[in-house]
Amino acid sequence: MRHTIQQVFRSGKFVVGFFILVAMLLIVIVYPLIVTYPPLQIISQGTFFPPGIYVNVYDSIGSTRYTLNLENAAANRIASKLSNNDRHAMKDWLVAAGIPENEIDINDTEQLLGLWKGNYDPRVNIAGMTNAQRNYYIRLNNSLQGLLSTEAVIIAARNADIGALQEAGVINPSDYVNVNQVPNVRVLPLGTNSFGRDVLTELVKATAVSLQIGFVAGTIATLIGLTLGLLAGYIGGLVDDIIMFFTNLFTVIPTIVLLILISFSIGQEKRGAFTIAVVIGFTSWVWTARAVRAQVISLRNRDHVNLSKLSGHSVAHIILTDILPYIASYVVMALILQISTAILAEAGLSILGLGPKTTEVPTLGLMLNWALIYQAPILGKWWAYLPVILTIVLVTFSMNLMNTGLDQVFNPTLRE
Amino acid sequence: MSNVILEVRELTTKWVTRFKEDIYAVDHVSLKVEEGKSLGIAGESGCGKSTLALSLMGYYFPPLHYVSGEIIIDGQNITGMKPDDIRKSILGTEISYIPQSAMNALNPTQKVISFIEDVVQAHDPYKTKQEIYELARSCFETLGLPASVLQQYPVELSGGMKQRTVIATSVILFPKILIADEPSSALDVTSQKMVIKMLKNLMENGFIKSLIFITHELPLLYNVTDDIMVMYAGQIVEGGSAKQVVFDPLHPYAKGLMGSIIVPEQGQRNVKLTAIPGVPPNLKKPPAGCRFAERCKYVRPDCKVAPVPLYSANGGRAYRCILSEETLRAAYLREAQRDAS
Amino acid sequence: MPAERKVCLSGSGLTKVFGFGRRKTVAVDHVDFSFYEGELVSIVGESGSGKTTFAKMLLGLLKPTEGEIYFQGKKRDISTQKKRKEYWKNIQAIFQDPYSSYNIFRKIDTVLLDCIHMRGGRGLPRAKKLEMMEEACSFVNLKFEELTNKYPFELSGGQMQRLMIARVFLLKPKILLADEPTSMIDACSRATILDELMQLRDEIGMTIIFITHDIGLAYYVSDTVYIMERGRFVEHGSADEVILRPKGAYTRRLISDVPKIYEEWDLSTV
Repeated sequence: MRHTIQQVFRSGKFVVGFFILVAMLLIVIVYPLIVTYPPLQIISQGTFFPPGIYVNVYDSIGSTRYTLNLENAAANRIASKLSNNDRHAMKDWLVAAGIPENEIDINDTEQLLGLWKGNYDPRVNIAGMTNAQRNYYIRLNNSLQGLLSTEAVIIAARNADIGALQEAGVINPSDYVNVNQVPNVRVLPLGTNSFGRDVLTELVKATAVSLQIGFVAGTIATLIGLTLGLLAGYIGGLVDDIIMFFTNLFTVIPTIVLLILISFSIGQEKRGAFTIAVVIGFTSWVWTARAVRAQVISLRNRDHVNLSKLSGHSVAHIILTDILPYIASYVVMALILQISTAILAEAGLSILGLGPKTTEVPTLGLMLNWALIYQAPILGKWWAYLPVILTIVLVTFSMNLMNTGLDQVFNPTLRE
Repeated sequence: MSNVILEVRELTTKWVTRFKEDIYAVDHVSLKVEEGKSLGIAGESGCGKSTLALSLMGYYFPPLHYVSGEIIIDGQNITGMKPDDIRKSILGTEISYIPQSAMNALNPTQKVISFIEDVVQAHDPYKTKQEIYELARSCFETLGLPASVLQQYPVELSGGMKQRTVIATSVILFPKILIADEPSSALDVTSQKMVIKMLKNLMENGFIKSLIFITHELPLLYNVTDDIMVMYAGQIVEGGSAKQVVFDPLHPYAKGLMGSIIVPEQGQRNVKLTAIPGVPPNLKKPPAGCRFAERCKYVRPDCKVAPVPLYSANGGRAYRCILSEETLRAAYLREAQRDAS
Repeated sequence: MPAERKVCLSGSGLTKVFGFGRRKTVAVDHVDFSFYEGELVSIVGESGSGKTTFAKMLLGLLKPTEGEIYFQGKKRDISTQKKRKEYWKNIQAIFQDPYSSYNIFRKIDTVLLDCIHMRGGRGLPRAKKLEMMEEACSFVNLKFEELTNKYPFELSGGQMQRLMIARVFLLKPKILLADEPTSMIDACSRATILDELMQLRDEIGMTIIFITHDIGLAYYVSDTVYIMERGRFVEHGSADEVILRPKGAYTRRLISDVPKIYEEWDLSTV
């Protein structure tokens, strides 16, 4: 036994897959201990906030201010304010005013502003320009002047006694606050989703739930398949015929259709994550049963089983000690495969809107479902679905890798 | 002195395991087969006789590796030739090989004749199907196989017939030497006898010039070959004519092996079978001295010191033991007398 | 051989048919036999002649399609697990392939302990059990101290087969069915196994049913020889009678096809 485990861990593929899975399990266990927010709490007003660090503006005004004289602060500020449309408009005006087109680089903010400052004159009349356009350029110029000004922003507060605004503070362009000193900062590495929930926290919870569904469904499927396979294979005869009748019945009905029908008939309100896991488990035992039966049939006529019979052992004893250990490696492999298939099955069901009900827990499939309903792919909100897809891929990939590694250890024909 | 067909000088080959361990399954083996002669190689499972058969072709593929030594077929040294050249110009035309399960070489979806066409056209692509058919028919008829077999599918043939078909195919290009590795062990006694008869026919009808026959069944070997060599743990431990080796073995291991022969003949119920205790040495770490020392009744301290060379004895024989011919014979005689009394 | 021969195991019209309809194969075809106490009977047949099926029916591992087996004069009844267990105290087996005869997950100790328990030794003190196991191992020249906590696959083929004999030594059955016990092991170890089998027979006075395809071996070991051809016994009698003076055409052909050493082996007969 120990020798087998050593052999298994000598297989590179198994070790890589095992490492990925253990890493994910660790994250799933440790993350909620550190980040204790409820995973389904709605935090953002509005949907699909992009990933980033969110600093409370109100608190940052009150925080200690530090003056940093950084050279390109103004340029950066303008660069981030100047939209692409404005840049193109500026270029159009400059070209019309006679500046050679190849000298203008709209991505170089400093150069663009220099040219603008040197050449723009609201009085210059450009042929073909409407009044509205002229006014637009005047407004643009004014706002640029405002951005370029080095004057401070005054913050006013209503005086409680007289009800008039009074100066409460001045914020200079070179004022900075230390994020660590701002009381309210929220890091949202993956932004928020369609409901305004933190995607990362939700993703971790969803992974945990999906893995649980996988384990429950995989264990149920393997246990059913193993029991039926053992009985059919070892006892044979009529028992075999009856079990194989039901197995074949289940084989010819496509699992996904069965899943959809069962899920649908359970009804939205009664579908919890555990229910879905049980449903998946009860529909995917077929192949395990068939494979175990085939293996047991080849084992039951082996001499060591005959010898065990001659030693007077009971059927239960023979199945447990003379047959089960021989197929144990196969069953472990089947279990791993069942888990990963169950995770995929849950994702498939949930995308179709037949997964667990949406109010209690997230699952990987549900997150994809939400992202699709709220058109995240069309809106380009990649953070709502891409990390979920990657997680599904990583989970199933790691399990399949473990399976291949085990296969290489247990199947002598695949040994290098 | 007749023409030497196959000469092997100090051939050593090794298997490399998954864990990069070397197993020297053929260790400095030298042998010589003359035209018209057949050589038998005897030994128990794991002694390296099948590895020797593979190595004799000069065609190595991992995990079997060539280490040292020379193979000379009819004056042509084939050591160091490229595997592709060996496959094209040596295998099938100079040297042919039949493994135990040769009958499984037949493709179940092809008729026997198309298998033969493949074999012949691999060496001579310009031969027409008609020519090949004629060649195969005459070959089969000479060897006592019905020509109708050519148009049949392998599943329609019995195991013995399939084996004989493959043997006939392997000599269709008239190789100089045929290496047969347990060609009849998977067959029942009657088919086995037919295969043996066919192998003898091959020599008599000039299909091959020499034969190397490898088996663990000593009575069979005694009936087929002129000379016998006994292998133990990768080495030749005894060599001589079939009669000498079977009835008057010199090496203690060969003596034990011959003492374990059981045949259904008058008086054979009362002979005492020899038993050799222990198991052959692990070839990953072979012992320094004589490889049989651990199991030998006549072991002496100096047996385990240095490797034992192959000594020549009277009558063109060879044996690998530090004891002299006379000492060994005297010891065997004493034992026989003790058993009798 | 005792002067008065008592029938130990006999059968009449024993038949086994596999499959049905067009795919029906008759593996054993209405065979009658009587094996006597203390006798060594060989059943010789080529592969596919039905000798292993016959053996499995004798052992009660396969249900005969037709016919009856009588054990010590009484009709054999193995309808319940309890009766089967009782029957298996009287008949035991050694199989052809030692490498597949053992459960690779169980240690040698448990293999031997099972035998002691089978003979009602479950309640014995541990020291007594150890002593019995040691005795069984030394009977087949194995050292028990070296075997404890080892798995069977750590032994050589010959040692495994000897351990099988040690098992039979502990079980002390009336009948031992040896299904080609030496065909998978080296010729040099064969003599040891055969010697130990004979010794065991003398020690506990059992009947040995020896199944083999090797005519030379059958001649060497047996008192009585049964020749099996396609599920039927075509000839039986004492070893000398059957092997040296065969009557049936099949037997004659079979024996003439075995390579000889002292006599001329006639190749022209095929």
